[in-house]
Amino acid sequence: MQPDISVKNLNKVYEGGFQALKNINLDINRGEIFALLGPNGAGKTTMISIICGITNMSSGEVRAAGHDIVKEYRKARSTIGLVPQELNTDSFETVWAAVSFSRGLFGKPPNPAHIEKVLKDLSLWDKRNNRIMTLSGGMKRRLMIAKALSHEPRILFLDEPTAGVDVELRRDMWEMVRKLREDGVTIILTTHYIEEAEEMADRIGVIRQGEIILVEEKSRLMSKLGKKELRLQLQSKLDEIPEELSQEPVELSEDGYELIYTFDSQQEQAGVARLLRTLGDIGVDYRDLRTRESSLEDIFVGLVHEQAKG
Amino acid sequence: MNFYGVKAIYYFEMSRMRRTLMQSVLSPVISTCLYFVVFGSAIGSRMGDIDNIAYGAYIIPGLVMLSLLMQSISNASFGIYMPKFSGTIYEVLSAPVSYVEVVLGYVGAAATKSVILGLIILVTARLFVDYSILHPFWMLSFLILTAVTFSLFGFIIGIWADGFEKLQIVPMMIVTPLTFLGGTFYSIDMLPEVWQTISFFNPVVYLISGFRWAFYGVSDVHIGISVAMTLLFLTACLAGIWWIFKTGYRLRS
Repeated sequence: MQPDISVKNLNKVYEGGFQALKNINLDINRGEIFALLGPNGAGKTTMISIICGITNMSSGEVRAAGHDIVKEYRKARSTIGLVPQELNTDSFETVWAAVSFSRGLFGKPPNPAHIEKVLKDLSLWDKRNNRIMTLSGGMKRRLMIAKALSHEPRILFLDEPTAGVDVELRRDMWEMVRKLREDGVTIILTTHYIEEAEEMADRIGVIRQGEIILVEEKSRLMSKLGKKELRLQLQSKLDEIPEELSQEPVELSEDGYELIYTFDSQQEQAGVARLLRTLGDIGVDYRDLRTRESSLEDIFVGLVHEQAKG
Repeated sequence: MNFYGVKAIYYFEMSRMRRTLMQSVLSPVISTCLYFVVFGSAIGSRMGDIDNIAYGAYIIPGLVMLSLLMQSISNASFGIYMPKFSGTIYEVLSAPVSYVEVVLGYVGAAATKSVILGLIILVTARLFVDYSILHPFWMLSFLILTAVTFSLFGFIIGIWADGFEKLQIVPMMIVTPLTFLGGTFYSIDMLPEVWQTISFFNPVVYLISGFRWAFYGVSDVHIGISVAMTLLFLTACLAGIWWIFKTGYRLRS
């Protein structure tokens, strides 16, 4: 199946010589939620800006819904909705006028029924006649989404959509994004909240210093790079790791009352059984044990740091 | 052609005019009326005729032109500068609209506002000064042509400006003096020869002269030259805008 977004050998060098994107290759499939993660300044927004037509590329080729974003910019752009990072709105306009303006700008005839649906879905219907300047930050964020959805895009870019919004609104937005996906909308999400990507994404891409360092299905990423940790609360203090455990990936806590055993999540429990048997054999008693699986955040931080060192 | 896109920009800009009626319409109308009262009714009655036209009536085309130039520049420059300033320009840049359509929307709205304002000023002037229009068709054509040309010029200023100060510099420091020295209050013939020659380097002379010809059939320069000079300036503005969009100057990095 043809990808909804296809990026080939994309490079961006700014006037001052700074290379923001280095030979990016990326395909995003129809109807998936793709999370693009990366530290500040990694190139996430630059890439989105190029795909949406806000920034010029230096070289490469980008297609949206099969259309070249330069040669067939009208067709390409009409398929895309963008929710930018900043809350850029016209303060003096009403909610209704602002959303209607966006629909017209994208070449769609007026459709009050659709605008009404979008505003209702985003709990903005009651505010439709209010000036934007009177809205709260959370409502302005919803308005940005309403504007992006006003022309019924097939592809939706959400650049840090939940930055600065409260937990409840964040959950509402996640729900809305899921509904959009069910309707067949392809969603590309950048976020600082890794739990957001963990919660929603089908695939994850990690970008660092302008390079895509990894693209993987979330479930595979979690199992491939995820770690598990077994923590054993000891009955009595240990001064050092016993000789019998020296070959195992075991650490001793600073106070000497906890043994920490880290293993790959794919490795299953064979090592754990061996560890517990050895502890019994050498007479080290424990009063409690607990396990913890690494989050996407742990994996992300690990990946970014690993690359930075490498 | 993205007709709905052009319409969206045009109506958005026109709705700003409705929101700011005091600033967009009343303020320039009142200040121009003050000129009519002072130079037309009060001082004008003590001045001699120029080219057999009462002084109060003689200055009307120049004063309308002054407002038209200032408002065309101000409307168009503000129209495109504000989205840049507030960041909402992202929406226009990411929309399926061509450069021509963007210009049609912004410049069309700015020129419409200026023409409406020019006509309101003309009607209001009738309350203070008696005047006639010899060539109404040419008067309206000149009004529209000048409004479009200077709205294009204002659009360029709005793209170029990176602060509110720059937005004001060109209208205040260049256009106003050129208009005052362009024959608004006098005929170029009344100047010493050397100043007459210098005045012909002032593009506003041709605009006012042509506009005055449409009213009274008299002009400082031939009407053909006035039209040609206006069209030349229009072409220069179009070339400037074409270059801006081609290079993405101050729009796309």
